[in-house]
Amino acid sequence: MIKAAIIGLGKMGLSHCSILNAHPDVELVAVCDSTSFLLDVFNKYGNQKTYSDYKKMITETQPDCIIVATPTKFHADMVLYALEKGIHVFCEKPFSLTVEDGFKMVKLAEQRGLINQVGYHNRFIGTFKETKRMAEAGVIGDLFHFNGSAYGPVVLKEKGSTWRSARSEGGGCLFDYASHVLNLIHFVIDKPIDAKGTLLKNIYSNDVEDAVYSSLTLENGLSGQLAVNWSDETHRKMCTSISIEGKKGKMVVDATELKIYLKEENKAENLEKGWNIKYITDLTPLVNFNLRGEEYSAQIDYFIDCIKNNRTENISSFKEALVTDSIIEVLINDTLK
Amino acid sequence: MDKILFGDNLFFAVNHLSDEKSRAQAIRFKENTAIIEVLNQAREVGINTFMCTTHDRIADICDYMRNNPKEYKDFNIFPCMPYAHKYANAVTDLGILGALKAYMPGNAISVATKGGLAFIKKDYAAMMELLVDAEMKMFKGINTPVIFLQNVVVDLILGLGMQDIFLAFAKHVKKKYNAEPGFISMNMCKMVDVCEQIGIENPIICSSINKIGFRVSGSLEEYESYLTDPRKKFRPIAMQVLAAGALKPKEAIEYIGQFPKIEAVLFGASSKGHIQENIKLIEAHL
Repeated sequence: MIKAAIIGLGKMGLSHCSILNAHPDVELVAVCDSTSFLLDVFNKYGNQKTYSDYKKMITETQPDCIIVATPTKFHADMVLYALEKGIHVFCEKPFSLTVEDGFKMVKLAEQRGLINQVGYHNRFIGTFKETKRMAEAGVIGDLFHFNGSAYGPVVLKEKGSTWRSARSEGGGCLFDYASHVLNLIHFVIDKPIDAKGTLLKNIYSNDVEDAVYSSLTLENGLSGQLAVNWSDETHRKMCTSISIEGKKGKMVVDATELKIYLKEENKAENLEKGWNIKYITDLTPLVNFNLRGEEYSAQIDYFIDCIKNNRTENISSFKEALVTDSIIEVLINDTLK
Repeated sequence: MDKILFGDNLFFAVNHLSDEKSRAQAIRFKENTAIIEVLNQAREVGINTFMCTTHDRIADICDYMRNNPKEYKDFNIFPCMPYAHKYANAVTDLGILGALKAYMPGNAISVATKGGLAFIKKDYAAMMELLVDAEMKMFKGINTPVIFLQNVVVDLILGLGMQDIFLAFAKHVKKKYNAEPGFISMNMCKMVDVCEQIGIENPIICSSINKIGFRVSGSLEEYESYLTDPRKKFRPIAMQVLAAGALKPKEAIEYIGQFPKIEAVLFGASSKGHIQENIKLIEAHL
């Protein structure tokens, strides 16, 4: 059994608790949060030890791995502390507030040879994985443009005083929402390295942006656009999508379907000329336990499997998450020019 | 329980296969009259149960039903609570405690803000009851013989191993609403086992059951064994039988028909023709 512990019982922390606790190879030994209200729920109904001090929790329970799901400003201290103790770490996104902090975490995890993962769950969704494979296989030929977007209804009126409404704590649409799209562009196509014409728009929030628009350049030279808005109530929940255009066709993908348009038939891929659709039903492997989407279990299952079998390839590493943090910094700097 | 339960996903832009179709649905069902029109059609062809989330707009549909007792006096609603996105978005915005405060009915908030937090804090069962009552308000005067907990909540609790909460929920809906508790879960087999452990007898469990194993957890074989094993006592409702559209209705319902234990099928369709086609198939095979 792998002993796990969790710091931070917000939406993601609770969800990870449930998934880990249901995992047959994991014993969730302890949870840590600053809200006594939540700890009392665990005291009354759960089987885990509860703590308000994560250092004490780590010392007393000696977990093999830890999930850090606190507000971003706390990540670096907690992650570094756990790594120092030789504990494998799964950290929620966004990874770090500054590239400097992120670099320290990447370096220490690598030095210690510990499994490290960041919760960019889109990397575990079948449609996006298939898009990556097909783009790399050249199904739509040489690429000339991409669009990455995410829309959802998070901030819909003027108010707000949580950590999400302060940029200095990792709040705002750029850190919270756009990070997913930037990370996904990196995963599916290539590493974003530059940004121009960045617009950060306040719609309802005072201190952070509610929408982000920018023109990105990737390491392979490809350029494209980013459009993200978390104040869009035309969507019931967060909808993330990417479209990629190539000389031989186009792919439009979201979490539920992948549409491929080809100028000519592709027999090897079993794709017809014109539009083809691949559905998530064909692209989703079963998970052992499902809480609001296979990808959330898949990423935890993968993390645990990496620990169990000492797997070193890493689908969503600290290092890749740091690329996302770096491009976020580039976007912010671009608006200051 | 009716064999055929009419679902509400299509009214609220829930489409598991396509965000684009979701948008088309949102446009089509912008007005409540469009929803009522489809419900009326469904009722005309023999559907008598509407299984729906406690979405704000359902309150208006309930008003319509109360105002048209001739047609809807004997009609059933199976409420499914909570409408999860409402809470999820609130949690992102306000934090868990903030969201709870925002949705707790009147006096609980004032108790909390008057420094009585320590008092209500310890009594989670009472809090859960207050939240259930808040969601049930819109159904006053309407038959709600089964009240469901949504899968996000069921599966969260299931994973956390806090099964006593299921018992508290079951007790409350039985006592206060004279209703059967129902559980929607993406983890059917685990939920069956947990209900047995805690003594919820022959529970109503609504899960994805379909030929290709879409949104099934563990394995399809395990699901099939639970559906055929007479020792596994539960009342399954099959949802997502069409696997979000990947299966044709005929083969989908024929598959469901293999399992006599399945008591009902949950489906939604927006045209009278489609509704009738589904009814015919379900009547023939279930």
